[in-house]
Order: sequence, then C-alpha cells, then structure tokens
Amino acid sequence: MNINNDIGTTYLITNKKMTLVAILGITLGMSIYIFMNCMVVGFDKTSNDSIFKNTAHIRVFRDDVVSRPLAPDITKKAVIINPKVVPASNTIINPDEVVSLAKKHPDVVNVTPQVTTTMFYNIGKTQVPGIATGILPNEADQMFNIRSTIVEGSFEKLQSNLNAIAIGSGVAEKLSLAIDDNINISSPKGVSKNMKIVAIFKTNNSIVDKSKSYINLSTAQQLLRENNTYVTDINVNVKDPENCDQISKDLKVLTGYSSESWKQANETMVAGFRMRRIVITFISYTILIVAGFGIYNILNMTVSQKINDISILKAIGFRGKDVVRIFLTQAMSIGLMGVVSGCILAVILITLLKKVYIGGDIGYFPIDYELTKFLQGIGVGLIISFFAGYLPARKAAQVDPVSIFRR
Amino acid sequence: MNILETHHITKYFLEPVKFQVLKDISFSVQKGEFLSMIGKSGSGKSTLLYVLSTMDTDYEGKLTIDGEMVTGKSLDDLAILRNHKIGFVFQFHYLLPEFSCLKNVMIPALKLGKYSQKEIEEQAYQRLDTLGLRDQALKPASKLSGGQQQRVAIARALINNPLIIMCDEPTGNLDSKNSAIVFEIFKELTSSLGQTIIAVTHDEDFARNSDRIIEMRDGVL
Ligand SMILES: Nc1ncnc2c1ncn2[C@@H]1O[C@H](COP(=O)(O)OP(=O)(O)OP(=O)(O)O)[C@@H](O)[C@H]1O
Ligand SMILES: [Mg+2]
Repeated sequence: MNINNDIGTTYLITNKKMTLVAILGITLGMSIYIFMNCMVVGFDKTSNDSIFKNTAHIRVFRDDVVSRPLAPDITKKAVIINPKVVPASNTIINPDEVVSLAKKHPDVVNVTPQVTTTMFYNIGKTQVPGIATGILPNEADQMFNIRSTIVEGSFEKLQSNLNAIAIGSGVAEKLSLAIDDNINISSPKGVSKNMKIVAIFKTNNSIVDKSKSYINLSTAQQLLRENNTYVTDINVNVKDPENCDQISKDLKVLTGYSSESWKQANETMVAGFRMRRIVITFISYTILIVAGFGIYNILNMTVSQKINDISILKAIGFRGKDVVRIFLTQAMSIGLMGVVSGCILAVILITLLKKVYIGGDIGYFPIDYELTKFLQGIGVGLIISFFAGYLPARKAAQVDPVSIFRR
Repeated sequence: MNILETHHITKYFLEPVKFQVLKDISFSVQKGEFLSMIGKSGSGKSTLLYVLSTMDTDYEGKLTIDGEMVTGKSLDDLAILRNHKIGFVFQFHYLLPEFSCLKNVMIPALKLGKYSQKEIEEQAYQRLDTLGLRDQALKPASKLSGGQQQRVAIARALINNPLIIMCDEPTGNLDSKNSAIVFEIFKELTSSLGQTIIAVTHDEDFARNSDRIIEMRDGVL
C-alpha cells in the first residue's frame, strides 16, 4: 500500500469514534437522497400512468379554422371583418396517410385513430349526457392499457361486436346497468343505436367514469353519419413521454395538422409534478451536503490535531500533494463506506415502504429501486466527500513546518 | 568536497518587531565532517538549522547542498531533496504518536520507495537494535519515554542513509550512556559511510569530540 494511504488509514482507525460519526452522517444523507429520489420517480410514474390511461402522449387533430377576409391586402383599405370559426368538420382528411407518416417517425411506437363524439345514454325517458370514444379496440388497448381498468365483463368482446359498448363505472351506477344489459345511445346528428354492454371500466377519475364509453371506430362513424375515413384524432405514443414536445412539433410539420403533447394538454398537472420534483431534489441535495459538512468538520479537526505530524512528515520529505493524499484517503474512505452503507439502508427503506398499502388507484406505495438514482446518489456522494476532504487537505498541505517546530 | 555551502545568508523576523536573526552567514561543510554548532540560547542556532534543512525558505543569500543550488527551488522539489539527502532530528517534536516505533522509522524509507517493505523493515529493526530499542519496536511511539523517543527519531533520520544528518539537540534528553552511544553512531557514520553531521548541541563533551565546532553568537558565526 502506498505510504500516504497507509498513514491516512491509520488516522481513520485510531480515530474510530469520529470516523464512525462521519460515516453515519454520509450513510443517512445518502440513503435519504436515494430514497427520496426513487420516491419522486415512483410518484411521477403513477401520475403519468393515470394520465396516460386517458391521454395519448401526442394527439394529432384538426384545429378549428378562423375565417379570413377574402380581400388580398387588408392593410391598405378599410375592411370590415368578422372572423368566425369556419363551419367545416374537424375531420382529418387523410387519416391513413397521417397514421403511416407518424409511424415512420423513429421515436413513435404506437399510432391509432379515434373518433370522439358527445352523445346521450337513453333509458326510458331519462337522458344522460356522455362521451363516446370510437376506437380500434386492440390498438387503443395497447396505447391506453384499457384492459387494466376493466372491472367487469371482458374488453375482448368489443372487438368482435360492432354493437358492443364498454361504459364507465359511474355511468353503470347512475343508470343501474350491468353486463349484457342493452342501452340506447343517440348522437347529436340524430342517430340512435341499441348497444350491448360488454365491459365496465373504472379509472378512478370520476368525471371520466361518469361520462365516457368506448365503442368501435366504425360505430362512432355511423353515429356521426360519416364515412369510414372520418377520424377526429390520431393518437400517438412515443418511446420517451418526457421527450414528447419535440416529437409533437415534428409531427405537426410532418402531417400539416395541429398536434398537442400530453404535457400541453395537462399543463397544470405537469407544472405540479415539476414543482414536486424541484422541492424533493432540493431537500435531498441539502441533506447530502449537510452530511458532507460532517466530513469537512471532522477532517478539519483531524488536521488541527495532527498539525505536528504533518510538520514532521513534511520535514521527512512529504510533498504538499502527499499530505493532500493522506487526508483525501480519509475523506474518500469515509465517503465510500458511507455510500455503501447508505445504499444498503436505502434498499431497506424502499423495501419496507414498498409493502405499505396506500389504497385508491395507487395501491401500494409507488416506489421502486431505481438504478439510475442509486448511481446518481453514489456519484454525488463521492463528489461531495471529495470536496469535503479536499478543502481541509489543502489546508494541511499548506502547513509551514518551521512555524510549527518553533512553537 | 563541500557537501553544503552557504553564501551570505541573512534572515529577518518581522514580527513582533523587525529583528535580524542571521547576519551574513557564510560557511561550508565538507563531506564526512562531524560538525557541532554551539551558542547561547536564542542565538539563532535552530533558525540556521531550519534554513540549512531547506524547510525554511524565507531568507536572503544562497544555499547549496551536494553541489546543487537549493535556493529558489519549488517546495515539492525541496521535499524530495529532503527525503533523499537529509535526515533530521528535531529539538522538541519527535514522532508520529499513533504509529509504532518501527513504522515511524520506516516512513521516510517507504516514502522514498527504493526498497521493498520487507527490506525496509529489516533495516529499521537493525537501526533500532543499534540504538538499544529493539524490544520497543512495536510499541506505539506515544508510549515511550522522551529519551527513547529521541533515539527512535535518530533511527528514523538514519534510515535513508542521508548525505547530511541535521540534529537539533540530539542528546538533549539522553543520559550520559545513551549520549555516548549516539555519539559513537554519529562518529561511525561520518568516518566509515562518509555521511555528514551537523549537530546543534549544548553538550560540551559532545561538541569537543566532534571534528569541528562553530559557535553562533547573536546571529553571527
Ligand atoms: N517566529 C519567530 N518570530 C520572531 N522571533 C523569533 C521567532 N522564532 C525565533 N525567534 C527569535 O530568534 C532568535 C533565535 O531563535 P532560535 O530558536 O534560533 O534560538 P536557538 O539558538 O535555537 O536557541 P536554543 O538554544 O534555546 O534552542 C531568538 O531570539 C528568538 O527569540
Ligand atoms: Mg534551538
């Protein structure tokens, strides 16, 4: 072993108590850092999951167009204009082309068309307003994982039966409907259809559960008296949802239609997530830095205590950088041991918390062993240990032996 | 051959009042010489020794060691030079208390890194043996008496076979018997191994028996 490391290690061992306190500090700081950051990941995942049950990463649609004056140049003449939404339908004219264009984008994993329409659920004379979402059941299930929300019946039957409907649990309750019951729905275009309930879903978003239902794409087209190319939205899922804004822009250029990412569609919620992330990141770093101060303090004390030793070593021929290494060895050993035990403690904490049942649509506490957060913690912990050790070590290196010997 | 030369070394202390400790000191020491430096307390002996040891760089004038100009070298270079060429025994501060005597003796050699751990250990044992400390080798240095510590420090100064050994009161804490042993060792080193010794001392006998005596009086030789 190098003599510098040897001396540093000896100091660590002879100062057991101080060493242990410093290690403990790093252990706690480290475990809480990892733990909190894994928690943020868990929170983000559950929040995103619940969003992605109803929202695609990117939605391509045709926005309303506001009428423009026919006069070629309105700056020169006095023109009275009255802009209005053009009463054109919101249809995407060439859905197949848009789908295949979107599928060509390297980051896109899933594309499926959708027709959304308002309608009424009719039972006798009661009319309950709702929203029917026309989908290609298998594709849509891949995107929104609808199957996981089904509480009764089977979603598969939707695929095979054009008159099948999957309704929200709130609708079922309000209208006392059960599987295999029939229900009449009517569209704003005056089309009404008798549908058979094949599945009931529950998303835990009560507004959705009380109004939404899934039907086949072609049934929705019929409800709107449209042909089989009529599509209001094209839903797109991408590899990394965090990266959706750029892809959304790409798709807009690519297809010529408007596009909206889930972040834009859920701006308030996304801002909330961001705030949560900032707060937890801030707290976890603070805790780790405080632990770093522990190392700093203890090394500072050691340097003051060992000022005689340092002078002797320098007289013997140790250079400034040798002295730095002696004390950095101590800091990094403390840091390394703290980081290792911190990781172990973090694993224990996460394991315990994973077993805590929260309820609601969250179920068990949303936390998992996030490798990246562990690595990040290890990196940050070691960097902090390095600097917490380097400052006192540099002070030690600058000790003037003669002034100490003269005392 | 001159192993060490000083040319007009002058040093001031600025605090608390400006005070000239060393006044235009020029002298040379030959290889293999056993030199004693005597003088009243406060005359500047230790101060001069610190300058000669290259630890104190805050002086005017020039210092050469082993034909090499030392004045103006970087601190790191000076440290390496000390490790290779100079052994030092301090007036008051001796050992690293948390290490065994053996380890204390070994540290300069481990730093030098010329020999293996095993060889160094053997040499260290040998040195401790000649100074009558073999049985103390594995004790922590803090558990030794002042005189024993001083002898360990001497063993440490010798471990790298330095060209020059500088001692500040090497026999200050020793009884006459051990003083005699240390003196004999020094004598042996200079005559047979050609090492040079510069020793500050108050011990009349010690000084009288050395090759040459220089006296310091208020900063002048
Ligand atoms: N850091 C300092 N600042 C100011 N003056 C100092 C300092 N160190 C020493 N002196 C003064 O320098 C002079 C020489 O001190 P030095 O330690 O060299 O004496 P010495 O000859 O070794 O004495 P002794 O035999 O007692 O060891 C003394 O007068 C002392 O007061
Ligand atoms: Mg002195």
